[in-house]
Amino acid sequence: MAKSTSKDAQDLLRALWSAYSATPTNLKIIDLYVIFAVFTALIQVVYMALVGSFPFNSFLSGVLSCVGTAVLAVCLRIQVNKENKEFKDLAPERAFADFVLCNLVLHLVIMNFLG
Amino acid sequence: MAGKAESLNGTVKSGSNQSGPAAMQASAFKADLSNMISLKSFKLKTKQQELLIRVSILLLVYVLAFITRLFSVLRYESMIHEFDPYFNYRTTLFLTEKGFYEFWNWFDSESWYPLGRIIGGTLYPGLMVTAALIYWLMRFLRFAVHIREVCVLTAPFFASNTTLVAYFFGKEIWDSGAGLVAAALIAICPGYISRSVAGSYDNEGVAIFALLLTFYLFVKAVNTGSLAWSLASAFGYFYMVSAWGGYVFIINLIPLYVLVLLITGRYSMRLYVAYNCMYILGMLLAMQIRFVGFQHVQSGEHMAAMGVFFLIQVFYFLDWVRHALADAKLFEAFLRITVTTAVSFGAIALGVGTASGYISPWTGRFYSLLDPTYAKDHIPIIASVSEHQPTAWSSFMFDFHILLFFFPAGLYFCFKRLSDATIFIVMYGLTSMYFAGVMVRLILVATPAVCLISAIAVSATVKNLAQLVRAKSKAVQSGSSKGTSTAKGSSKGLVDQSQPFQRNGAIVLLLGAFYLLSRYATHCTWVTSEAYSSPSIVLAARGAHGNRVIFDDYREAYYWLRQNTPPDAKVMSWWDYGYQITAMGNRTVIVDNNTWNNTHIATVGRAMSSYEDEAYEIMRSLDVDYVLVVFGGVTGYSSDDINKFLWMVRIGGGVFPVIKEPDYLVNGEYRVDKGAAPKMLNCLMYKLCYYRFGELTTEYGKPPGYDRARGVEIGNKDVKLEYLEEAFTTQNWIVRIYKVKPPKNRW
Repeated sequence: MAKSTSKDAQDLLRALWSAYSATPTNLKIIDLYVIFAVFTALIQVVYMALVGSFPFNSFLSGVLSCVGTAVLAVCLRIQVNKENKEFKDLAPERAFADFVLCNLVLHLVIMNFLG
Repeated sequence: MAGKAESLNGTVKSGSNQSGPAAMQASAFKADLSNMISLKSFKLKTKQQELLIRVSILLLVYVLAFITRLFSVLRYESMIHEFDPYFNYRTTLFLTEKGFYEFWNWFDSESWYPLGRIIGGTLYPGLMVTAALIYWLMRFLRFAVHIREVCVLTAPFFASNTTLVAYFFGKEIWDSGAGLVAAALIAICPGYISRSVAGSYDNEGVAIFALLLTFYLFVKAVNTGSLAWSLASAFGYFYMVSAWGGYVFIINLIPLYVLVLLITGRYSMRLYVAYNCMYILGMLLAMQIRFVGFQHVQSGEHMAAMGVFFLIQVFYFLDWVRHALADAKLFEAFLRITVTTAVSFGAIALGVGTASGYISPWTGRFYSLLDPTYAKDHIPIIASVSEHQPTAWSSFMFDFHILLFFFPAGLYFCFKRLSDATIFIVMYGLTSMYFAGVMVRLILVATPAVCLISAIAVSATVKNLAQLVRAKSKAVQSGSSKGTSTAKGSSKGLVDQSQPFQRNGAIVLLLGAFYLLSRYATHCTWVTSEAYSSPSIVLAARGAHGNRVIFDDYREAYYWLRQNTPPDAKVMSWWDYGYQITAMGNRTVIVDNNTWNNTHIATVGRAMSSYEDEAYEIMRSLDVDYVLVVFGGVTGYSSDDINKFLWMVRIGGGVFPVIKEPDYLVNGEYRVDKGAAPKMLNCLMYKLCYYRFGELTTEYGKPPGYDRARGVEIGNKDVKLEYLEEAFTTQNWIVRIYKVKPPKNRW
């Protein structure tokens, strides 16, 4: 049973990897960015668990900055992905402009909150 | 040409003066009207004419929403109403005088003596900042207005803006006809007017605008999947958070909506974009309000939103994997593992968070919303407020009138044409209706939803009927009119076959709908003028000859306090009058309407319900100089302190067990006449209210000491005061002020 499960998992990962390698490069770059942001958030959470969350607003702004960045990047990825038919009539330039605007607001608020 | 333009305006106006039917007529006969005008060779294209009519109707509705709320200003004067608005007015005054930073750091020593209150950190600043901004703008434009005028007119102004939002919302979920009807309905709906007449300068006036705006922008974001709209809705949410505690409704309704869409298999990328951006940015923006602070990550009420946020990430990931994997069996296995992991992880996180006290449990206010009987058993201070009582059927009828009947019909139409937007409005309508049933004041939250859903019903019905009527009449006129399309012709043919009296039936139904809507308009105007436009700080009654008698006792008393007492005098009264005393009397109070410290209120309740000597001890310990009571025995004003007294006993008894409610009752009955309980007849409140009342004949043919508010002759006519002395009694005895004597210097 355990053997078959691990074999299944291997199959799964292999299938996923092969499917993923077909994605366009610009999406891969966004994915890398998302993974980086999530990873940074995780580091902060671990640090908080070790050291304590005393300036709670600083911790929150740090984590939310990463999470927000990641989520917004995923949104951008959805919107520029050619395979998503829902966003056919949304130009990639417009999507990017929205993304930049949201990030601007996000980080202005974060800066206010960091204090 | 000019004459024709005028005639057009005339048609529109004559219809729109009654607003409700007006929008209907216009939306229904839009095409008719445009036909007529084109016959007169009016040189505008049909689209342009429609736009012109729509804009002019909206403009009229905008103006109507403002002027229908001015009854109180016309009838009394431009003044602030009720209790809470006085606090808002006082803080706005402070904000405009001292500036934003002073306001933000304001420690108010005039309330909650000797505790004081940190104003900046314990209020929702949205309303005050809005009014101050309007005030500064007016000043900048060289309009020399007083800040009071701005405060009085803030609520009507925002009600007007709400009609615009309602129009766009209706347009988004149905069509522009429904939007127009929604705007017209909400402009005069009594459920909304009750909180937004001129002078009721309260958070709700601004908050309903913000609420509807947030919902509209969110639905727009879900429909378009655009980050920009989602960002706008986050800003709407920010404004709502800054204005009113009711934002908790938004932060629970939107996740609920997302959850329903996920469960019903309507998940889409647009939803993902809209919710995530709105949640993260909205949460961050909301944290900038100090009163809300970290609640979004710490309190149980906000956890649903966070849970849905993580859930939607899992959903997105699964969706992506399914898309990437061609093999269904592999995906099945993957799905099982992921879902199990995610659910168990979430459950563990929630459990640990709650157990360690990191996530605070739900507050009593939240419980009392879910379970209507909760407050009565556990939190008397919430249950004692009249606007927190469960809603009676009559007040539903009073506030919604025919919308109550259109509402189910609108739900039917929504279900018939199910889309992401209509699901939202249905959920908003149903949940807010439930809450409206639990608490009277939450009718306000339900009003926009009820108006929108009813508007859908009205618009869809009238459109169908008008189509029937017009199809027939065209067939009668001639077949040569080029406007009839083939689709219409075929539907007409079908109609002809099915029912012979359809056209007459349609006309009758149409007339019926117009009749109902005109009744609605009349009802709304009547309710506004009769019920919701009294400031409650100035009382009005009908005299013996049918003339209007004005009782201005409150302001008389507060100005007396302001003029005749030392500036550092401390006034004790029941908490209802705290805001008014600080705002108008400019004196320090012991407790006020911001009921943040239950023990302090209970102490005052205990003092009021004790014997005079015991009460004197308590008042000495609180450093009280004056005691203020409100008494309606002379005028027959029923919401006075004697009628509120049992709540003082209950709240006092909740903290100090020496005070027992049965001591004040006789066989479970509350009375003030000869048969009253002895403790009742000698407690401080009774003595202060009825001091020297035994000498007074209030009504012809009744014995002296006849209490008109309760309709009995009082039981203790010979009231002697030992530790207090009467300082001031207003003209109609509504407010009585007593001075606490200093302690005797020899005994």
